Amino acid sequence: MMKVGIVRFPGSNCDADVYRAVTEGLGHEARYLWHKSHDLEGSDVVVLPGGFSYGDYLRAGAIARFSPIMSEVIAYARAGGLTLGICNGFQVLCEAQLLPGALVRNRSLRFRCFEVGIRVERADTAFTNAYERGERLSIPIAHGEGQYVADEATLDRLEADGRVVFRYVDDDGVPTDVANPNGSARNIAGIMNETGNVMGLMPHPERVSLEVLGSTHGLGVFLSLARAVARRADPAASTAKPAGVGV
Amino acid sequence: MSDRYSIEVRITPRPGILDPEGETIARALDNLGYEGIGGVRAGRLVRMEVEADTGEAARATVERMCRELIANPIIEDFEVLIHTAEDGG
Repeated sequence: MMKVGIVRFPGSNCDADVYRAVTEGLGHEARYLWHKSHDLEGSDVVVLPGGFSYGDYLRAGAIARFSPIMSEVIAYARAGGLTLGICNGFQVLCEAQLLPGALVRNRSLRFRCFEVGIRVERADTAFTNAYERGERLSIPIAHGEGQYVADEATLDRLEADGRVVFRYVDDDGVPTDVANPNGSARNIAGIMNETGNVMGLMPHPERVSLEVLGSTHGLGVFLSLARAVARRADPAASTAKPAGVGV
Repeated sequence: MSDRYSIEVRITPRPGILDPEGETIARALDNLGYEGIGGVRAGRLVRMEVEADTGEAARATVERMCRELIANPIIEDFEVLIHTAEDGG
């Protein structure tokens, strides 16, 4: 049984969606972690959910990064703990320098809120092992500051290390300018850290994780984490490639 | 003996970082008929008062704040301007 800790900052608004994806979608355990707490309560996975933590004042994620619980989250992530940042959570992870680069105002200056196509660039990670490499997912975005930027050297290193996990693509699975909803460098929608235990992405997999929501394209992210947690607990147990979910 | 310094921090997007807001302002100025306008960059201004023994000490404190919180060095540059000490010192 995977235990997912979902951090609640003032202004988080996708926390309940993650909770239901984990509990109703997967039948695993989830709990909320208040931002003033210093206790991750034995979580196997920590999720920083979407929202507008601290009203996005100063920069999105900039204030949340100094919340009391973030010192534990940062220590947990640095020690190899599985950590997922979705949308505002991705911004917090970048501000906390757990992931490289930054997320700035969308190229269009508009808040973009619709479904986008993203391609699974890696299917051998703790966050994507339930998908197939190259699989195209349809996942909603909802953000004003989702343009991923980093210097060229950092982008080259991310690509060379295979740390770009998701990329915005068109209906044919091609990363085009038109398919890029925010102007992100190299159509990057999600990245992970060097050790593969921290991932951030702008799209919202939790919003498409239950049949009642119309799609389960996003459930694979949480299923992947459950499998990664099971494997960590008992490395000998399952080495078989799990069946794909989503599409 | 500490003085109160009035400080302004100017935060601007680093060169090379796209500044869609600045570009949009530039386009609007162009639409209004202003000619020969270039290099429009939009940033943020933070004002504060800081108690410190000297202007240099105040600057050092504010620069530390900028690196830690007020600016994100990956995407932003900052400039610290010390305007006045209350007693004129």
